[in-house]
Order: sequence, then C-alpha cells, then structure tokens
Amino acid sequence: MEHPQTRVYYVVFAALMVLLIATLVVAEINVGRAAFFVAALIATVKAALIVLYFMHVRYSQPLTWIVALAGFFWLAILFVLTLSDYVTRHAIG
Amino acid sequence: LASHPATLAHHFEDSVQQRQAAELGMWLFLATEFMFFGGLFLAYLVYRVGYPVDPAERGYAAEFAAGSRHMDLVLGTINTAVLLTSSLTMALAVDAAERSRRAALIRLLSITLVLGLVFLGIKAFEYYHKYEEHLIPFAGLPFRYSETQQAAGMATYFNLYFLMTGLHAFHMVIGAGILSFLIWLAARSRLPAERAVIVFNAGLYWHFVDLVWVYLFPFFYLVTARTG
Repeated sequence: MEHPQTRVYYVVFAALMVLLIATLVVAEINVGRAAFFVAALIATVKAALIVLYFMHVRYSQPLTWIVALAGFFWLAILFVLTLSDYVTRHAIG
Repeated sequence: LASHPATLAHHFEDSVQQRQAAELGMWLFLATEFMFFGGLFLAYLVYRVGYPVDPAERGYAAEFAAGSRHMDLVLGTINTAVLLTSSLTMALAVDAAERSRRAALIRLLSITLVLGLVFLGIKAFEYYHKYEEHLIPFAGLPFRYSETQQAAGMATYFNLYFLMTGLHAFHMVIGAGILSFLIWLAARSRLPAERAVIVFNAGLYWHFVDLVWVYLFPFFYLVTARTG
C-alpha cells in the first residue's frame, strides 16, 4: 500500500489552521446572509482535507472510495430531499 | 497456504487483503455514523431555515443568532485548534505504528489522548458556564428565556447545542478509551507493524470525530453571531 510522507500531514495541518483563521475572519467582516454558506463551504474544504489525507482515502483502494462516497451520497439524499421541501414551502404559500 | 503467518487470519489470502478488509469495515461503520450525526445537522437546518407551523413562520434564525451570542468564541476556537492538532498527532501515530517505532507511537498516542482530554475539559467548563447563566432548557433547570416571546426558539437552539455537542463529547470519551487501550497495548509490545491497522482504524474514528466538530463549530459558535 502506498504511504504518504509525514511531511504531507504537517502541510495539511497548516492548511487546516489557515482555514480556521479564514472562517474567523469571514465571520468578523460580516458578509451578510452569505456568511453561513461561506462558513459551511470552508468547513467542507476542511472536511475534504481531513478525509483525503488524515483519513487516508486518497491512498486507499477504490473499494474504500466507493464506500466513503456512498456514505456522503446517502447523506446528500437526506439533506437535499428534505430541504428542497422545507425551503420551498413558503414560495407556494 | 504453505506460509501462513500467525498474524494472518486463515480466511484471508494475504496480509494486504486482511488490512483492506479491516479498513473497509471501519468505513462501513463510519457511513452509519455520518447518517447518525447527519440527522441532527438536518434537524438544525430545518429549524433554522424554516419551521412552517404556519406560512408566516420563518424559522428560528433570529433565535439561533441570539443563542450563538452566548457562546464563548475564544474557547470554541481554542477547542477547534486543539482537536485539529490531535488529528495531526493521531496521523503521525499511525505512521509510527506502521514503521514499528514503538517509543514514538506511545508518545504520539499519549499526546493525542491529552489533547482529547483538554478538549473535554474546556467543553465541561463551557457547560458549567451555561448552567450558571441559566441557559439549560431541560432537566427542570431555570431557563432565562422561558418567560419571553423567544422561548420556543431559544430552547430549540440550546437543546440542539447540548444534544449535538454532548453526543460529540460522548464520542470523544469513547475515543479517549480506545487511545488508552492502544497505549497499554503498545507499552506491552503488542502492537507490531503487522497489526498497525488497529491503530489505523482508531485513527479513522478519531478523525471522524474531528470532522463532526469542524461543522459543529461554525453551526453553533460562528456565523449566526453576526447575521442575526
């Protein structure tokens, strides 16, 4: 199995810390209603770094990718189908 | 099957297949954990964006914003940094296990454990502060918003806060137990490189718990503080 160099973990850690500071800065400068989406986007970039490098998925077998992706896919079904109802109810009145 | 080493279960072709099967099984478990926490994050979003009791009801966005102003942003940020650092030391511990560096493995697992306990200590301090501020809306405790017009929304925010961060903290306690067990195994030289997948899978669990916090932090501490 392919192994990453430990240097990769330090680089990912530095990126995560930069993103933590970025999310605080965004909250501080007040970008209005977009703030929640920006914060969720930054959190998702952090999550992707953790999954791909710390959780090793980038170096794992394709079968592991499929299971990990299936987990996120089912989560997406849960969120998209439910929220597509709740956020559009007022539109129909 | 002429040379079947003691560390290889007899139903596996070779150690690579055995290792990949263990990793796959852990990911299947984590997929169920995604759904477990996912339902709670979805509940948060539904209450926040719209809880249509009637068409005029626009959700508890204002109450969630007011609730988040009670959060200690400094402690939340410190805890995020503590948890991200513990993920780094956990990843390094897996590397040490795979390279048979026993002393480094014990040291890195111990640092990860201490960071996890620091996180739980700060969390406990925050909970106690919420208790002092009368911000616990259950267990018959006095809730400072109970007589206001915002009562339902504020209670929803703090119920979700304690449920989601509490469930996360519970996962941290289990993780601390797993780390303690691994340190004990390593100290007794019972974690050779052939069994490093045990450390690897414990790492997957620890990183998953970190992942949940990456979302909990902005959902409860950050954004709503300034958009309300």
